[in-house]
Amino acid sequence: MSLLDRQAQGVVMTPDHIRTRRLPIAVNIAVAVVALGLSVAVVLGTGIGNWVLVVVVAGILYLLGLFAAATRVEGRRAARDRTWKALIYAACVLAILPLASVVWTLVSKGVSRLDANFFGTSMNNIGARDPNGGAYHAIIGTLEQVGIATLMAVPLGVLGAIYLVEYGRGKFALTVRFFVDVMTGIPSIVAGLFILAFWVLIVSPWFNDGQPRFSGFAASLALTVLMLPTIVRSTEEMLRLVPSPLREGAYALGVPQWKTIVRVVLPTALPGIVTGIMLAVARAAGETAPVLLVAGGAAAINFDPFAGNQSSLALFVYQQAGDASRYAPARAWTAALTLVAIVLILTIAAKLLARRNSLSR
Amino acid sequence: MGDNPPRSTNAIAGGPGVTGRHARAAGTGVPSSGSQEPSFGGGGALPRKARFSMETGFRSLSRAAGAMVLVIIVAIAVFLISKAVPALSADTENFLTFKQWFPNDAQPRFGIAALAFGTVLSSVIALIVAVPIALGIALFLSHYAPRQLATPLGFVIDLLAAVPSVVFGLWGRDVFLGPVRDFSVWLNKYFSWIPLFGGDGPFGRSILLGSLVLAIMVLPIITSLSREVFQQTPGMNEEAALALGATKWEMIRTAVWPYGKPGVIAAVMLGLGRALGETIALALTLGTVFTISFNIIQNGGNSIAANIANTFGEANATGRGALIASGLVLFAITLVVNMAARAIIYRRREFRDSAA
Repeated sequence: MSLLDRQAQGVVMTPDHIRTRRLPIAVNIAVAVVALGLSVAVVLGTGIGNWVLVVVVAGILYLLGLFAAATRVEGRRAARDRTWKALIYAACVLAILPLASVVWTLVSKGVSRLDANFFGTSMNNIGARDPNGGAYHAIIGTLEQVGIATLMAVPLGVLGAIYLVEYGRGKFALTVRFFVDVMTGIPSIVAGLFILAFWVLIVSPWFNDGQPRFSGFAASLALTVLMLPTIVRSTEEMLRLVPSPLREGAYALGVPQWKTIVRVVLPTALPGIVTGIMLAVARAAGETAPVLLVAGGAAAINFDPFAGNQSSLALFVYQQAGDASRYAPARAWTAALTLVAIVLILTIAAKLLARRNSLSR
Repeated sequence: MGDNPPRSTNAIAGGPGVTGRHARAAGTGVPSSGSQEPSFGGGGALPRKARFSMETGFRSLSRAAGAMVLVIIVAIAVFLISKAVPALSADTENFLTFKQWFPNDAQPRFGIAALAFGTVLSSVIALIVAVPIALGIALFLSHYAPRQLATPLGFVIDLLAAVPSVVFGLWGRDVFLGPVRDFSVWLNKYFSWIPLFGGDGPFGRSILLGSLVLAIMVLPIITSLSREVFQQTPGMNEEAALALGATKWEMIRTAVWPYGKPGVIAAVMLGLGRALGETIALALTLGTVFTISFNIIQNGGNSIAANIANTFGEANATGRGALIASGLVLFAITLVVNMAARAIIYRRREFRDSAA
């Protein structure tokens, strides 16, 4: 007599016994309705809260009721499964609410100043009573600072990644790799303080008759510190995806290693590398703290990144948010909308580029 | 004619001389014999290795770029310390235990205690709120949602991770303040016997508001990292659990969770690092009070980074040094948190190349 037969003794193998019983959907809905009704009665009846509390209490009651009902019908394990599933769906809804609110506020408040004046003028000579004023200077600042930072961070980052993938062996490469990862987590304000201590307070006086001087270039340096690890990391991942037969083929033709990297490996990985760079640029464009510390912010247009204060879009948002003028919030929200639009366009473009990339895991 | 003898067996000339220098695959870890090795074989056919070739130049260039990362990390520490030390020696109070921040006075008095406390408290509350929800969404995306829903939703979450913090700060101050104030008043009315929710008001611009905004900000980061970890669970393990009769939740608990735990811990630590260093969102939402208090709903709260952004404008030389000193503390805290997170990731090699 096999084990199976012994276990099955006394059980009639009909479909009703094999299939476990499921909680009917009607019971599920009934539990929800009862929970809602009970919650309305309790909360509004005793007057301890408004509709938010009604929803919260109803949710808790629904979970408890569902657990109890499912335990009776389906058994304890299935009931636990159901409850956790409901909780996970609830977490999703709970997270989407504030994020949707952010997007909605951004769009609804941001369109109020979305006009030519906003993009064509600076904040120069704009007093507290002037409804005009725009972010032209800030947009210029963002473009210049991020552009220069990209010019510095990309060669450095790509070369660093090449070292890690193609040349790096042994302890030194492992250390570099570890600290690239650690550097990803450096707060932006610390990068700002570093450039403040290093460039603004120590190096810039050499060029400016002993006076420390804010500049857009200092902001670029800080953004470079922030972009570098991101670029190294993403480029490294892309280079690792390049199939080694491509390299070996080049070596077999007698091509030296550096030329193989430059002419074979890099072009193959290029779309992925560009994706990583665009994501890093998008992140850098949204940084406020380093620009605040080392570029100082300015109301007037300043095209020269090497001399004098500059603003940036993110800093413009922060400064307008702290401004007491009644016209400032509208400017802040429109600038925020512009900033998010720039960042999201870059990010979406990067993601679409990544999808077309033939190299993927 | 018949069989051709394999030519390569006796073609010694081009063999090791060429491959020894070049042939190695990128990821497989075949040790490179390096360019120092003199090329042998090949007779006069192969050119002798030049002392300074493009190869050496390119190699050292890339090595220098790699070393640059270490240089920057060391430089951050060195320059922050060099600017912080004069301010710290001018400080007339104990930097680690004093709670107030008056570095611009003739007798500078400042300390990190209240700021560090506020930083840690707001980040911890943010994580307590964000982690369960983030894990819920990550599980939803990886195991519950249908594919047509999971892909776009994951895309949106990734996009949200890119939204600049100043936007979240602005939203927290202009929009979220109202609901949080109402909630705080309600909490205070019914739960004021718990010290966390005590006080007589005013409420609103509190640690609670700052933490909730922080929670919303770190949510996408933790979600996308842990989703990737959950997706990497071996399908075999999941199917084995299901085949043994486990419900979906039991499958997640017995197959997905043990496999993903180190990755999730690392994701949480990375989120913590992000929350600790967050500047502008907290500068816009916290009430800027230098006290150590566990009351989270009364106006107040401050953090190291927010204090730097708020007081940098009116700081003199000593004030700047003091702010740099506080930044150094922040740098140390985040460095420890990040290194711990990375160490966890590195122990599990599977996650090395995925959890960015």
